[in-house]
Amino acid sequence: MKRLIKRLASYILVLFGLSILVFIIGRVLPGDPARQALGPRAPEATVEALKKEMNLDKPIVVQYGLWLKDAVQGDLGNSLLSRRPVTQDIIQYLPATIEIVILAGILMAVGGILLGILATKYSHTWFDGFVRVLSYLGIVAPAFVWAIIFILVFGYSLPILPTTGRLSLGIAPPPTITRMFTADYLLSGNFAGFKDAFMHLILPAISLMLGGMAQAARMTRTTMMDNSDKDYVLANKAYGVSENRTLFKYLLKPSMIPTVSVLAVDIAALFGNAFLVEQLFNYPGLSRYGMQAMLNKDLFAISGVVITLGIIVMVVNIIVDLIVTYLDPRVRLMGGSE
Amino acid sequence: MDENIVTIKDLHIGYRTFGGHVKVLNGVNLYVKPGEKVSIVGETGCGKTTTVKAILRILARQAVVTGGEIIFKGEQVLKMNKSQLQHLRGTGVSMIFQDPTSSLNPVFTIGQQMSAVIRYSGHAGATKSKIQEELAIKALQETAMPDPERILQSYPFQLSGGMRQRVSIAMALSTPREMVIADEPTTNLDVTIQDQVLRILKQRVEEKNTSLILITHSLGVARETTDRIYVMYAGNMVETAPTTELFREQYHPYTRALVDCIPRLSGGGVAEGIGGRIPNYLDPPPGCRFAPRCPKAFDRCWQEKPEYVNVGSSHQVACFLYDQSTGDE
Ligand SMILES: Nc1ncnc2c1ncn2[C@@H]1O[C@H](COP(=O)(O)OP(=O)(O)O)[C@@H](O)[C@H]1O
Ligand SMILES: [Mg+2]
Repeated sequence: MKRLIKRLASYILVLFGLSILVFIIGRVLPGDPARQALGPRAPEATVEALKKEMNLDKPIVVQYGLWLKDAVQGDLGNSLLSRRPVTQDIIQYLPATIEIVILAGILMAVGGILLGILATKYSHTWFDGFVRVLSYLGIVAPAFVWAIIFILVFGYSLPILPTTGRLSLGIAPPPTITRMFTADYLLSGNFAGFKDAFMHLILPAISLMLGGMAQAARMTRTTMMDNSDKDYVLANKAYGVSENRTLFKYLLKPSMIPTVSVLAVDIAALFGNAFLVEQLFNYPGLSRYGMQAMLNKDLFAISGVVITLGIIVMVVNIIVDLIVTYLDPRVRLMGGSE
Repeated sequence: MDENIVTIKDLHIGYRTFGGHVKVLNGVNLYVKPGEKVSIVGETGCGKTTTVKAILRILARQAVVTGGEIIFKGEQVLKMNKSQLQHLRGTGVSMIFQDPTSSLNPVFTIGQQMSAVIRYSGHAGATKSKIQEELAIKALQETAMPDPERILQSYPFQLSGGMRQRVSIAMALSTPREMVIADEPTTNLDVTIQDQVLRILKQRVEEKNTSLILITHSLGVARETTDRIYVMYAGNMVETAPTTELFREQYHPYTRALVDCIPRLSGGGVAEGIGGRIPNYLDPPPGCRFAPRCPKAFDRCWQEKPEYVNVGSSHQVACFLYDQSTGDE
């Protein structure tokens, strides 16, 4: 427990630093956001007024202080593009990204660990080699390359999965509950809608997760192979414990810690990779919104997106911490009692 | 009909390595009678672990059995199928490993691990968790463990080395066995508790009338614990005799060297009295593998491999010094 609080404190510190960094970079780089937002033909007075509204006329330290004061109260300023509060934009776009990332995360973890286990079980056979090649491909090709390949294949030659947007044409969006379409369709009992929304998640999710899955598979295989030489595995064999039970339980659990740590980094990377992938699949998620914000120097939107992603990464890390604690009794029993 | 629990005949085992095929076991012969306690004594690397792992068929992937047979209660172990092996491992033979830090799974409680062992023992009701717990507690009590219920809840890292090794003993004997193999069970323990663990092991197998193979590189440990001793050198059993007899009279020059260096506090390896080291298994000497180190080696020792000759009742030695046959008949 104490460990968790310590962690939390350090995460908040990191978040704080991150916000300062983004704030400074956004304001130091050349280009006038107000002018950019209003267009070249807007009168100088209007531009000045907007600058004043955004506090851009004040020293940067004061600007940050004002932003922080609002931010801790949940006001991240207004977006120059949408002309709405940034928080509103985030509430609209984030659930779409979360949907993809959850699916990608599940596929990545389950797929990676399962492939790793099977590669261990069938080590030094063609299957092991197949997983190895798959892993190299996954590691070598970044997410956007997969996205492009999938769009080419499924958009033109093999149109069985949608390659653009969140819903097919003519499908009415679900009532607003969680703003995750799949969940909202399910909650309102619309299974056709659920199926359509889910189909739209598949390709972006797979392009996003292949790299992470490949890494998780490699890591799982490596650790399991290392551990399979340990005496406790041999002891299981010597006692006649069945091979699959040893593999999926007694060898898997002590081998999971490095994989879980790798997955934690990969889940955070899913959000990063989503910037290009959402763009390519024309999927209206937070990453695409963030991308637009950056291209247009929409300062408050940029800060908002970065802070949101920072918080999400923090939450993922806390969850991973809890999993590691569950997996490793040493951490649980020794770390907890101090 | 063979009344031994286990008989090993002329066993040859090698390993595939990067450097080539290493010929480790060079015709091992061994038997253990019901209720008998035997030890295998020899330097590190002479093939003790390889020999006993072969009995349970838990050799490393690189191992290749190139000849010989292992008979467990009349059955050919090397020809067993999966279910026969399962039976052998679940009810026939159990093994205690050298290092209790690595032979217990770090992320499962002792209770979970003992339950798993009992589950596969084929014992009546072994799949019921209640019976598993009862058997585990009983086994822990029998190894003089205080507060067995608490031990069952503990993880290995919460126990001392000696306690862990007692858990291993309890595990190995939690359900009835014909034979227990203990591979240097005290080497990694603090000297002060080595005796205690050995005593418990000895007591437990005697009470259950279970046979024991104890591997050790210390003749002293072998003398205190076992009825009969095998002296192993470079993949061969060079001499075997009942414990008292072996200490009274040694025939093989290697055994003699071993016994000679007992009183000395171990400054270096075993058999320091004789120079040289264990041969390279990639290209071992063609005749007697001890010949290069043997003070008494003669021509024949370099050309032929010596077979066991009887030099007393149950006292056998593989050395040409005592072999009257000419070898070329
Ligand atoms: N998995 C393996 N691969 C290659 N060589 C091995 C392997 N296991 C054991 N050996 C070799 O076999 C020889 C005997 O090893 P071992 O049976 O462990 O001896 P001991 O238990 O008497 O110390 C050693 O030289 C060792 O290098
Ligand atoms: Mg050994």
